[in-house]
Amino acid sequence: MPEQHTAEDRTDPRQEVAAFLRERREQIAQRWADAAVFRTVFTVSRDEAVEAGRAVVEALAAVAASGRIEDLEADGFAVVREQLARTAHARARAGATTGQISAEMEALRPPVTELLLDELSGAPADHVRECTTVLAVLMGTLRLVMLETTTVAGQDLINRQRLEMLEIATPVIKLWEGIVAVPLIGTLDSARSQVVMETLLDAIVEQHARIAILDITGVPTVDSLVAQHLMKTVAAARLMGAECIVSGIRPAIAQTIVHLGIDLSSILTRASLADALAYALQQQGAHIVPSSGPVVEPR
Amino acid sequence: MTHTESVSARLPLTSDLDLVRARQHVRQMTAELGFSLVEQTKLVTAASELARNALVHGGGGRMECAEVTDGGVRGLRLVFSDDGPGIADLDQALSDGYTSGEGLGMGLPGARRLVHEFSVDSARGRGTTVTVTSWVARPPRPREGS
Ligand SMILES: Nc1ncnc2c1ncn2[C@@H]1O[C@H](COP(=O)(O)OP(=O)(O)OP(=O)(O)O)[C@@H](O)[C@H]1O
Ligand SMILES: [Mg+2]
Repeated sequence: MPEQHTAEDRTDPRQEVAAFLRERREQIAQRWADAAVFRTVFTVSRDEAVEAGRAVVEALAAVAASGRIEDLEADGFAVVREQLARTAHARARAGATTGQISAEMEALRPPVTELLLDELSGAPADHVRECTTVLAVLMGTLRLVMLETTTVAGQDLINRQRLEMLEIATPVIKLWEGIVAVPLIGTLDSARSQVVMETLLDAIVEQHARIAILDITGVPTVDSLVAQHLMKTVAAARLMGAECIVSGIRPAIAQTIVHLGIDLSSILTRASLADALAYALQQQGAHIVPSSGPVVEPR
Repeated sequence: MTHTESVSARLPLTSDLDLVRARQHVRQMTAELGFSLVEQTKLVTAASELARNALVHGGGGRMECAEVTDGGVRGLRLVFSDDGPGIADLDQALSDGYTSGEGLGMGLPGARRLVHEFSVDSARGRGTTVTVTSWVARPPRPREGS
């Protein structure tokens, strides 16, 4: 048996791999720094990528030494979990799919295996096989830990995008002095309509708006709940001293609302946003002059 | 006799997101079957009402979709079911403006007007099943024995 195997309990392949990882930490980290998963995340400085790689190698060594090479919850991983999560998050944000991240993690294995085989040259074939198996299992577990954090990161991303959508999807546009409009797009569920109502009321106050236009061209379904939300929003705007116009009720939706039995006659409606704006300008005392001259002119 | 071709989908109704999916599914199926835009909108809206009732009043449920044919006329049948408290007084629940909550009370009666066939099976403590069917183009004429 080659001499290096006498140090520590190197007959146990897990201890052998642990010792190997500790000894070759620097070399492995250097090689990993150029692998996609590190290179694409630590774009500013290669040193940071190497540093991140070192931490992962150390974690793997600790897990190997503890013998729990198949355990996702092994203590050793706890140290790098947060770092892996950040890395996974960054990859997910950059648009990498779970499959891609998995492949990128798999790509970390060959360089280490190569170094290990190098180290073990001359050792009995059985021992070499055992050690490479340990390394393969260990790297597989690391990949699973990474994927686990990817899934969590992905879920976070979806939740965040959902929240952002709530805000982004309800921009209040100032169309004219005293006239604001909200083009609604998508499902007007209770959470959305709460945001719409608040945003609109704020805008009415801020812009001293006398007229608010709710355009529902982009709302696919108007059922009794959506209708109720619209009516509440209109009523609230009225309390703030603004008149509310609902525009963009498509013909199929108009017919459906009638069959549904909902009475929107208390709400001022216009077929299109343009019609609503024309009406609003008229109310504000602005003229709409056809062709040549200024198209719209406030009094 | 109506011939059910197949239950093509069974969707859960346990969250707001499920309601979005149910609407999208019905919209897609009605479009594929060749419903006019108005008829698509009507059935999707009815589905939205019934799915929400199953979620809100029934504590969650499911929607089953099936393509049906009758004398060469194709249609879509939707079954909304839940294991909730059931409806004690159906006549009341089906009257315009009645709500036990804070809604407009137009969902159930409105959905009934939006579809060609409508039936409710419910009793206190037994859950609720609402079955609706709409046909492409015109509802088939009633036949003897049906
Ligand atoms: N699946 C169900 N399980 C139990 N009760 C129901 C169910 N569906 C309807 N109901 C009862 O029937 C009533 C009327 O339903 P309907 O859908 O017409 O009005 P709503 O849901 O209260 O308000 P909305 O107009 O927003 O739909 C409900 O308030 C509820 O008491
Ligand atoms: Mg309802």
